[in-house]
Amino acid sequence: MAQKVKINLTVNGKAYQREVEPRLLLSDFIRHDLGLTGTHVGCEHGLCGACTVLVDGEAVRSCILFAVQVDGSEVRTVESLGTPDNLHPLQQAFIEKHALQCGFCTPGFLMTIVEYLGKNPNPSDEEIREAIDGNFCRCTGYVNIVEAVRLAAQKMASH
Amino acid sequence: MKPAPFDYYAPTSIEEALANLHELGYDGKVLAGGQSLIPAMNFRMARPAALVDLNRIKELFYIKPVDDGSLAIGTMTRDSLVEHDPIVVQRFPIIPFVVKHIAHTQIRNRGTFGGAIAHADPAAQIPALAVALKARLLVRKQGGQRWVNSEDFFLGPFMTVLEPEELLAEVVLPPMAKRSGASYQQVSRQKGGYAQAAVITIVTLDESNRCKEARVVLFSVGETPILSKAASQVLVGSAPSPAVIAQAAEQIARVEVDPGSDLHGSGEYRRQLVNVLVERALTEAFERAK
Repeated sequence: MAQKVKINLTVNGKAYQREVEPRLLLSDFIRHDLGLTGTHVGCEHGLCGACTVLVDGEAVRSCILFAVQVDGSEVRTVESLGTPDNLHPLQQAFIEKHALQCGFCTPGFLMTIVEYLGKNPNPSDEEIREAIDGNFCRCTGYVNIVEAVRLAAQKMASH
Repeated sequence: MKPAPFDYYAPTSIEEALANLHELGYDGKVLAGGQSLIPAMNFRMARPAALVDLNRIKELFYIKPVDDGSLAIGTMTRDSLVEHDPIVVQRFPIIPFVVKHIAHTQIRNRGTFGGAIAHADPAAQIPALAVALKARLLVRKQGGQRWVNSEDFFLGPFMTVLEPEELLAEVVLPPMAKRSGASYQQVSRQKGGYAQAAVITIVTLDESNRCKEARVVLFSVGETPILSKAASQVLVGSAPSPAVIAQAAEQIARVEVDPGSDLHGSGEYRRQLVNVLVERALTEAFERAK
């Protein structure tokens, strides 16, 4: 019988208590145990950034963290940003600038950028490129994503 | 699930962690930031029987100035904290510059300063930084401790002097000498990727602008960080002219490294990189030391 560990955490403002195997990755916990499938799992070893979520306000890769490690923490996933009727300005900017095609990488980009714009609300293009250097996009390309971040920064400043 | 099963220990104090490691012996593996270990476990290249997770041990997270001008860094201090810490920035401006080259923000938010040293990846920045800065490493075990010089810590790829029951608890960086300057140069195929060759240089000048000390540490071109002996032999006592710097760089590249070939570049190419990067790094470091 595999060891189970009790964890308490908050995800998108909602408190959860669960018993999990220590080897359960945070990404799989979020998707399978909580049913929050907005967080995407790409490379599963910390290269592509698709699984990026916020843990206590910091962007991290959920595929190389165990769920037991975030016991007591506050997690935010892409589901916390906006709803289809009321998108987050960053999501709206991605639509307006055509910053996604297949959308697989998008949740990871959004969570990375939402953290970054919180720290640096008015970045240069150079800084934007640096901020997203840990996220892979394999269809749209980065030009439109950089434009979307720039637009989002403007939208969020006037929000 | 991707990783193989393991027993999980989540100590909340150093003493408790040391007791866990003592009891587990070769079955135990320390989990610090996990940014290298967990990917390896996802591939099942690593299958530790038990993990001792240090993330709940608050007393391992700190950056503390010591009276003699040194800086003590708790082993679990996240890379992103080291990168942005005002004392680090002020006293060791080379550190944030080097740390910024480690992977990406998301990784640096979890990866730890001590964890990178204990992991001893030959392509990693922090082990080389520790050697360049003459870091002293506090190694603890149940009922005892010892200090290890960073130069003596690394034995081979992913191999260090740490015994299974031991824990790297603290990294102490002695103050930078007056009139010293540092530089970091690397070439990698993409930003955040592993370097094909990289060098950290720290040089000190005497009152007459001659080189007093030259530490040149190469990495990603051998099994451990390589502290150059040739750099001292060629440079110390000389005025660091372009010709002398070129001679040191040439000798280091020819004699002191023997990089292997892989998909990304031949050994010969990487030897050439070492030559060019050392020359650039020494030139910049001497400029900054003035």
